[in-house]
Amino acid sequence: MTEQVAVVVNGIPRTADVEPRRLLVQLLREDFALTGTHVGCDTSQCGACTVLVDGRAVKSCSMLAVQADGSAITTIEGLAPDGGLHPLQQAFWDKHGLQCGYCTPGMIMTAADLLSTNDDPSDAEIRHALEGNFCRCTGYQNIVTAIREAAATMRHPAQVQASAETAR
Amino acid sequence: MATAAIGSAIKRKEDPRFITGTGNYLDDIRLPGTVHAAVLRSPYAHATIRSIDTSAAAAMPGVLGVFTGRDLEGELNPLPCAWAAGGNAGGIQNNLNTPRVLATDDVKWTGEGVAVVVAETREQAVDALEAIDVDYGPLPTVVDAEKATQPGAPQLHENAPNNICFTWRVGDEKATASALKGSHVVVKQRLVNQRLIPNPMDTRGAIGRYDPGTEEYTIWMTSQTPHIMRLLLAAFVMGVPEQKIRVIAPDVGGAFGTKIFLYADMALVLWLSRKLGGRPVKFYETRRENYQATTHGRDHITYLEVGATKDGEVTGLRVKTYANLGGRLSTIGPGIPTTLYGRVLAGCYKIPNVYCEVTGVYTNTTFVDAYRGAGRPEATYVLERAMDLVADELKLDPAEVRRRNFIPADAFPYRPPDGLLRSWNGAEIEVDSGNYEPALDLALKNVGYADIGAARELAERRGKYLGVGLSSYLEVCGVAPSKWIGLVGEGWGAAMWESANIRVHLTGRAVLTIGTSSHGQGHETTMAQVVADALGLSVDDVLVKHSDTQGTPFGYGTYGSRSAAVGSIAALKAAEKIVAKGKRLAAHMLEAAPEDIEFESGKFFVKGSPDRSKTIHEVALAAHVGYDLPEGMEPYLDETAYYDTPNCTFPFGTHVAVVEVDKETGQVDLVRYVAVDDVGKKINPLIVDGQLHGGIAQGVGQALWEGAIYDDTGQLLSGSMMDYALPRASWLPELELDETVTPSPVNPLGIKGVGEAGTIASTPAVVNAVIDALSPLGIRHVDMPLTAQTVWRAMQAAGKEASA
Repeated sequence: MTEQVAVVVNGIPRTADVEPRRLLVQLLREDFALTGTHVGCDTSQCGACTVLVDGRAVKSCSMLAVQADGSAITTIEGLAPDGGLHPLQQAFWDKHGLQCGYCTPGMIMTAADLLSTNDDPSDAEIRHALEGNFCRCTGYQNIVTAIREAAATMRHPAQVQASAETAR
Repeated sequence: MATAAIGSAIKRKEDPRFITGTGNYLDDIRLPGTVHAAVLRSPYAHATIRSIDTSAAAAMPGVLGVFTGRDLEGELNPLPCAWAAGGNAGGIQNNLNTPRVLATDDVKWTGEGVAVVVAETREQAVDALEAIDVDYGPLPTVVDAEKATQPGAPQLHENAPNNICFTWRVGDEKATASALKGSHVVVKQRLVNQRLIPNPMDTRGAIGRYDPGTEEYTIWMTSQTPHIMRLLLAAFVMGVPEQKIRVIAPDVGGAFGTKIFLYADMALVLWLSRKLGGRPVKFYETRRENYQATTHGRDHITYLEVGATKDGEVTGLRVKTYANLGGRLSTIGPGIPTTLYGRVLAGCYKIPNVYCEVTGVYTNTTFVDAYRGAGRPEATYVLERAMDLVADELKLDPAEVRRRNFIPADAFPYRPPDGLLRSWNGAEIEVDSGNYEPALDLALKNVGYADIGAARELAERRGKYLGVGLSSYLEVCGVAPSKWIGLVGEGWGAAMWESANIRVHLTGRAVLTIGTSSHGQGHETTMAQVVADALGLSVDDVLVKHSDTQGTPFGYGTYGSRSAAVGSIAALKAAEKIVAKGKRLAAHMLEAAPEDIEFESGKFFVKGSPDRSKTIHEVALAAHVGYDLPEGMEPYLDETAYYDTPNCTFPFGTHVAVVEVDKETGQVDLVRYVAVDDVGKKINPLIVDGQLHGGIAQGVGQALWEGAIYDDTGQLLSGSMMDYALPRASWLPELELDETVTPSPVNPLGIKGVGEAGTIASTPAVVNAVIDALSPLGIRHVDMPLTAQTVWRAMQAAGKEASA
């Protein structure tokens, strides 16, 4: 028995026939081949699978694909729609906010949610926002630095353009 | 050199794919026709397998096959153990009880694999597992290494009476006993270094593909050691020629030691693929499986005795350790609590007498092997607790006790007097270089050690005990000279050199292939920095490829903080060979004598006439087109180097933790963390800092939160990320790093390495801080992890004692 789900992923309308038990993360990774969203645990603890559903961070391992029907989903692949880098991506690179890279997409998506509601978070607020995301490599320090940096860049969009051009 | 790449905080070359979601981790690989394997795992920690009925599972939708250990008999051998503790020293028991690919007669821990299903989809394979009927005969269990050696304990292996795998000794027993006897004070303490689950974010897995036409196997695996895995699979498990197997480690999402080793699923996916006529077979662990079936770390119970003069000079250290090895031996399980532990027990101190006895013990738990630091954190924990115990006993400043015992700066290269670093075959390594006091002084200055009394008072007013803890550590990187650690020496069944190959294309861009393997460390950047400087190229013009046995020279892989200290030197040597050949060719092109050619910043020129020159690009082009070469010269710039380090390298430093303990709840807050590390020269300071951050966080995790808990029946109670407390961002303070720089004389770059330093240093610093905070209550030791409950209980017990 399958059900059809229709979602908009990274701006593109997609449909799939899925088993009711199919998770959103499986829909993204297996049906849509968007493997940038990772699975790191089986208990909704690690946050590696975090994506934006209608603009809010969601652990895609904890949502059924059928529950996402009709929603707009942003994954790490679609965060910077112009093919460049989102300020968060740029800052994670500049500040060495990643090592093995496995938790990185989830970290960036969680941070994107944070910055959408708080454009100048304190370090404590950033660390609190990352409660649901594990990183085993960085000790979080450079992740916090990167998010702070990205927030500053996003508050001053003129510099975003400049830094994007430097990166090219 | 115009601008040196080495020493620059260059952004990582590998990052663009990771920040855009275009990395290629194992579970991201999609080969056409892939089928999925799932493993049925024992719910019992100790049981006989009476029978297994797979018929119902085999009839489930999508199922292509169900197999048990019996089906593999005569096809796949048990997994090998490559480190017989004690090497050829003789007289040492070492019962090589290793896992089978699937258990046949009995299981020794919850999570040992007993059957495998292969099906069209992962879901179908998992569904079918539930239809397999196993008749187990439960047996009594033991999970504690010390208890397992006591009379009457359940026995795991017939060939290991009292569950003892080996008893390993190092140091001078008599001299240490007599030194302790003559000491002004002797302090004794039992310490538990609890079991940890390493927790890379990417669990383990493998995809096997057999090609029936060529009878060749390809396996993608989450590995730190692709070349060794190929060797072990070919020579020990599958009995096929090594050249018939290609091992590829794609992007690997962290490892921390767990991915050094050979696991059953690697052999399974290859065997299944052949069985299915070549369909690719994928296995990828769930997190729960990772907790049950991938190696754990630490798990020591130690009795320490430390003697000192009245001035706090340590006279002797005697250590008796029970090391838990798990139910069967992992690939190098016995090597961790022996060579990598007992031999570094003197750390950065000139302790004249050390004696260590380690009993390696089988228990009904997951096998234990290297976890970041691997033996050295356990040793440093013993030693740094010992230093604080001595200070406490003598009412001396812990910083002063450390200072009085440091190996003096003029004593390097330093050999411990009791032969701790002398291998069984007589080969001896030495502590390469060090200057310990400046690092201690800087750490004390940065933390404001002199003014800590005022902070204590402020905390007191807020209902908190404030504590300060020190840890002066010695790390061992660049593991290791082959003659020291190889089979004739310590017992690691192989050499430990590294390799690199450089090809300079006709465009002047270079491809470096290496035998080490990157899984977060940034080799694609740091190795390029080394070669860029050596060849006068830009870092962007050096492409680094690794982790594929087809196309990289054999290497022993990445662990033991050896990629920089051994691997990068191999890359440097390969570059030097390129330059040497380039000089001969440039001499030919410039009509000069080869001995008159110099090379600098990518240019070959005639000595004294810098305008008579050829760039490396011009030389590479000439070597490639090859129509005008010196007599006898082969075309192309393509050189391979193998490098065996003459000695390990020994980073060091002092870390200081400041904690506050809530008087009511026992909650510990790590409020400051100051680290001064000396890792020699740095290839990339950005990456060095990142390694330290992550390492410190892991060590803090052990001190305060983490612990694998088994109940008495061998059930893993901390069986998921909901139950095992990994450090979260809000639990950690901003780490304050600083450095001293003492180059290593061992290699031409003066580098030491950094991979495990943070983990080694941080655990005792934090524990010492908590004990310092609790010292007004008369508390001298509490075992980790120092959770609120544990600390609260210790405070209550101390309070009762005080009022009794």
